[in-house]
Amino acid sequence: MAFISSGYNPDKPMENRISDIGPRHFGEFLPPVIAKNFGKWDYHEILEPGVLCHTGLSGDKAYTVRCGSARLISVTHVREICEIADKFAGGFLRFTTRNNIEFIVEDKKAALDLKAFLNSQKFPGGSMKFPVGGTGAGVTNIVHTQGWVHCHTPATDASGTVKATMDAVFDDFANMKLPAPVRISMACCLNMCGAVHCSDIAILGIHRKPPLIDHEYLDNLCEIPLAVAACPTGAVRPSKVELNGKTYKTVAIKEERCMFCGNCYTMCPSLPLSDGEGDGIALMVGGKISNRVTKPAFSKVVVPYIPNEPPRWPTMTKVIKKILDTYAADAHKYERLGDWANRIGWERFFEKCELEFSAHLIDDFRDPAYYTWRQTTQFKW
Amino acid sequence: MAKHKTPLLDQLESGPWPSFVSDIKQEAASRAKNEKGVQYQVAVDCPEDLLGVLEMSYTDGETHWKHGGIVGVFGYGGGVIGRYCDQPQMFPGVAHFHTVRVAQPMGMWYSTEFLRGIMDIWDLRGSGLTNMHGATGDIVLLGTSTPQLEEIFWELTHNMNVDLGGSGSNLRTPASCMGMSRCQYACYDAQELCYNLTQEYQDELHRPAFPYKFKFKFDGCPNGCVAAIARSDLGFLGTFKGPIKINQEAVAAYVGGEIAPNAGAHAGRDWGKFDIQKEVVDLCPSKCISYEGGKLVMDHKECVRCMHCINTMPQALRIGDERGVSIFCGAKAPILDGPQMGSLLVPFIEVNKDDDYQAIKDVVESVWDWWMEEGKNRERIGETMKRLGFAALADAAGIAADPRHVQEPRHNPYIFWKAEDVEGGWDRDLAEFRKRHQR
Repeated sequence: MAFISSGYNPDKPMENRISDIGPRHFGEFLPPVIAKNFGKWDYHEILEPGVLCHTGLSGDKAYTVRCGSARLISVTHVREICEIADKFAGGFLRFTTRNNIEFIVEDKKAALDLKAFLNSQKFPGGSMKFPVGGTGAGVTNIVHTQGWVHCHTPATDASGTVKATMDAVFDDFANMKLPAPVRISMACCLNMCGAVHCSDIAILGIHRKPPLIDHEYLDNLCEIPLAVAACPTGAVRPSKVELNGKTYKTVAIKEERCMFCGNCYTMCPSLPLSDGEGDGIALMVGGKISNRVTKPAFSKVVVPYIPNEPPRWPTMTKVIKKILDTYAADAHKYERLGDWANRIGWERFFEKCELEFSAHLIDDFRDPAYYTWRQTTQFKW
Repeated sequence: MAKHKTPLLDQLESGPWPSFVSDIKQEAASRAKNEKGVQYQVAVDCPEDLLGVLEMSYTDGETHWKHGGIVGVFGYGGGVIGRYCDQPQMFPGVAHFHTVRVAQPMGMWYSTEFLRGIMDIWDLRGSGLTNMHGATGDIVLLGTSTPQLEEIFWELTHNMNVDLGGSGSNLRTPASCMGMSRCQYACYDAQELCYNLTQEYQDELHRPAFPYKFKFKFDGCPNGCVAAIARSDLGFLGTFKGPIKINQEAVAAYVGGEIAPNAGAHAGRDWGKFDIQKEVVDLCPSKCISYEGGKLVMDHKECVRCMHCINTMPQALRIGDERGVSIFCGAKAPILDGPQMGSLLVPFIEVNKDDDYQAIKDVVESVWDWWMEEGKNRERIGETMKRLGFAALADAAGIAADPRHVQEPRHNPYIFWKAEDVEGGWDRDLAEFRKRHQR
């Protein structure tokens, strides 16, 4: 295929160069009713799952239809979204922070018509293209990372675990029957690009084997002092090895000190952790971000390891569904998952969710660990 | 006929949730057909090869992407993530598969014209696959080759009037909630403040000069829809000082069942009649609400603005006046020192567009100055705070100690007094001491 120049001249990179212009101003992209009532909204209602109505002080109403997306979406799919926005929503749309898509329409009938249309669109394989939901006291879309699709450090896939999980909890995406919103997040390694540390339910890829050391190449590919400094537990130290009569500068690893964070690999590609047998998933629950009623809270590890079971991770989805259903049946109205677990006690949480408690779940990492141990006679039998 | 057999991935095409596998296959078919006669600048079959390499990971449980290389555009130190496949002979279409981060509009509102323009570039010069959006907020264009990077940058800046986002040890692409554009809870114009600071700090965003990454996030209210308190080194959360405004008639309508509580968010289950005592009064974290004689009464001075009562009765209660932001510092995911929430640094600061948000920029810049001076390589500011103490940061930012800074005072008496704190200083005479105390 012939190279098509944009106009960029590699011999004169600064010629007509435009840089440091930042994003486009959002004001260019607001639908008229949104621009007109900007900063002058009065209240909102959720008319039914996935359909919102915002009323302005002016009396204007903006109807929003929200649908899910896979986040990993193609140019073809985005163009189809654009066609829908042109046909139904005046040529505007927005994405939510949780990868949902929103269209603004002018009246309730248009919203319900659009909802029906979106729910009718399917991929040839059978899945829905634009399932409507993700509002109120339900499960909304999962925020997630790249996984095996595009990352060098993952311990699991992101898109696949998300698809499997959303299929399993789909009923709670399309309905609003939980005690409070449940935010599920997915990060494919401990780096947590997905920042799942404050989610009601977090799916986290973990490694369990210390790094391999590619002695022959390490000194060529890595700055040894940076690899050494990267280790939070001081497990990596400079070293030398003899291989085939040649001495290589490399590192040595005290394996029993490894916490499998992968930070050394981030600094040094000659220390890979990925391993089909070692890698898998940890589940964390009970985090939240909102300040509503209770303070923002971290997620807690409740399942230390589930093996990777592609393509549908059945053990993982079964545990998630069990936790979700137990919470739904037992929690009070408005009570987030972590608040419910705190109220009934974590010993009761494990019992009700039929989860095994093991020593892996008792924190032993630095000072914060102490504050998670029990220092009271108040506990339940 | 698919290029690679993908029996495992094919199992992800069923079920209700949108299948990324079906979508990638759709893109592969569209490129193979090429009805518009696009002169694809990267391998036509790269979506097929992506499915192929992914199927391989599904089979062996390991990633097949190499550690990133250093690629980018001239003059920038971020915005492009280098990515290479570790089986390039089997999957040549994705041998180079770099990611381009593009700055998203605040609140992620789009016109179809703009989105189509981005898609046209990515059709021609990339894999045809995207993330809408990345975890930090950028438009993520997934998969292109090195020779296309300057061309993509040129077309983004010249034709679409939009820039790359951040990566590496710099200011990452800031993100805001939708703020005032469609939310009555927004205590300030989160989108405008986010946009203004993004433009102000373009140099910090594109040219890495920090110890490590640094994120800004802007939430219009304490509900925290963009997770500023959990995911940003400096988080700006809207707040207010004035009393919550009460419309007693609307309160009565909630009590009478005429308006669904919580904006209808619980409509999928029969939770029984709305009970204002149980659902609002008893859940108030500071117990500052009572419901007496058909009237809702609030001891406004004791309110901690958790938003529960407002969220539950949005037609009856509205945020107070005298609005601004609280600034939280140091949130991050667990790597390396455990997870951290943002700690309250500035309890209240005005959001004043008329002076170009100078008070806020003063805080930002003094925080950066301190971190760039004190922070170690690859140390997030939250970790620097833990290592040197919160008081050191507050002092550097010129913020006086305030009881609001702590959940409770310290548990130990090991105070690092300074000589100037103590009467007579620390210079003492041993001979004088021994006159009073024999050996």
